[in-house]
Amino acid sequence: MAGVWVFAETVDGTPAPVVLELLTKARSLGETTAIAFGPGASKSVQTLGKYGAKKVYVHEDPAFRDILATPAVELLASLIEKDQPDLMIFGMTYDGRDVASRLSARLSSALIANASDVVKKDGGWAIITPVFGGSLLVTTVPRAKAPTLVLIRPKAVAAEPAASEAAPQVETLSDPVEPGQPVARVLRREKEKASGPKLEDAAIIVSGGRGLGAPENFKMLDELAAELGAAVGASRAVVDAGWKPYSFQIGQTGKTVKPTVYIALGISGAMQHTVGMKGAKTIIAINKDPEAPIFKLADLGVIGDVHKIVPQLIQEIRARKGK
Amino acid sequence: MNVLVCVKQIPDPNVPGKLDPQTKRMVREGVDAVLDPGDEHAVEAGLQLVEKDGGEATIISMGPPRAMDAIRRALAMGAHRGILITDPGLENSDALSTARAIAAAIEDQSYELIICGTESTDGSSGAVPAQLAELLGLPLLSFAKKLEVSNGKAQIDRQTDDGYDVVEAALPAVVTVTGGINEARYPALRGIMQAKNKEIKQLGLKDLGLDGKAGRAALTEEVIEIKAAEARKAGEIVEDKGDGAKRVADYLVELKVI
Repeated sequence: MAGVWVFAETVDGTPAPVVLELLTKARSLGETTAIAFGPGASKSVQTLGKYGAKKVYVHEDPAFRDILATPAVELLASLIEKDQPDLMIFGMTYDGRDVASRLSARLSSALIANASDVVKKDGGWAIITPVFGGSLLVTTVPRAKAPTLVLIRPKAVAAEPAASEAAPQVETLSDPVEPGQPVARVLRREKEKASGPKLEDAAIIVSGGRGLGAPENFKMLDELAAELGAAVGASRAVVDAGWKPYSFQIGQTGKTVKPTVYIALGISGAMQHTVGMKGAKTIIAINKDPEAPIFKLADLGVIGDVHKIVPQLIQEIRARKGK
Repeated sequence: MNVLVCVKQIPDPNVPGKLDPQTKRMVREGVDAVLDPGDEHAVEAGLQLVEKDGGEATIISMGPPRAMDAIRRALAMGAHRGILITDPGLENSDALSTARAIAAAIEDQSYELIICGTESTDGSSGAVPAQLAELLGLPLLSFAKKLEVSNGKAQIDRQTDDGYDVVEAALPAVVTVTGGINEARYPALRGIMQAKNKEIKQLGLKDLGLDGKAGRAALTEEVIEIKAAEARKAGEIVEDKGDGAKRVADYLVELKVI
């Protein structure tokens, strides 16, 4: 049976949401091993097992948390040499991308990024990658020796616990960590304050683009979002212009979201944005440009001025809620 | 300090992209090629550093001969010289070959910092900078939305999902910058004129000692199929005649959102 490894990023012992998605995929492809590095990693074992890991490698050295990529690459390279897995999957996250890319250079292995799926094909793997905002699906096969490294986009797979639950075999490593020289060291972590539901978890998202005209016009989005219990998102254009912090960005370089309802206001629908939101169940778009590509995705599109329609919409919603 | 900036020429991202079903590569004919807008921020970051501390900014790119235009644009912004890696054997290279070619091409260069965009706007795998760092044995400061260099060290604010981390590395190092790091300058006419006389060195696989070790000869992966994704069902598009907001509110009721 093929050996499939999952890079299990954890924060204080809790696996990142994408890890559960990766495990759900991995266990359908072969015997699954999760690699959990960093302080508190051992606390994640039970959850990793629940989602399909048969074996978990744990190493709790703080270096994995405090030094970017290189300690993980050093240890992974030696574990891979020992166990020779066939496939290793990573979340397309900041750290996942750095680690997988460095590892591919170390091992001269195939690296396929931005994947939405991995399937078995002719005794090997075929990797599906959406391109051009998800309008085309590209299938790629590895042509290098195993392991094949794949970066899977968050929310590409729905996480589901495995049917049978057995405690995974745990191998705790404690050898001194060789970070590789020289290193990039994290000095401190800063969190930007956010209110309301998290974008990744929100059932409803109200998202603004350059069509809003000015940063202060995001205030009406906040108001609309408050009425709907929604999270507020933004396009890259808006974030690059400094109107909103990066944590609001939805799209290729930002977050991937899958809400029930996505309301795009003054967003043209550049591919860089749509790849991050086209998985929404229902899309509502308001934009003054009838040619805006967002209307190709919209279940309901209104051609008109967001500055006029959004305040009216807030009133309409309040009226319907009997306020 | 001397800075190397890696750039890529890409088809104009404002023109919807197409893939050639035969070659399974992007259709480049008939589409203007431009300096990747993400890379303009990398060039700007490099220029700001050399303008402050002295030294030179060298632009490096890999691509067909016409990628010279992308380098020329970065030179017009103010960079000092360029290196273009170009060879028919490098056509359709994967990321690892690209990283190997760049690593080989800069072997004789003196630099303290290599700056790249976080990812290309067309391919967007974002693998080359980390692969390059690995091949060169250098630290990688990735996803920088702020970059400062002093006392032989580079410090960045590294983007995270809910804020940023302050990360530091000794020089030399590789840095990838996000679009938010700066406002890229527009080349002035004088810069455009000066760029015409700036040196762009061209290197092929043989020059790099990579004959048979990079490009088509060393592909790690192959595209075997391209197909259209399942399209979303066409929706209802209406023009706002004063009732647009009402229509949206009705729809939200239908969806049981309100």
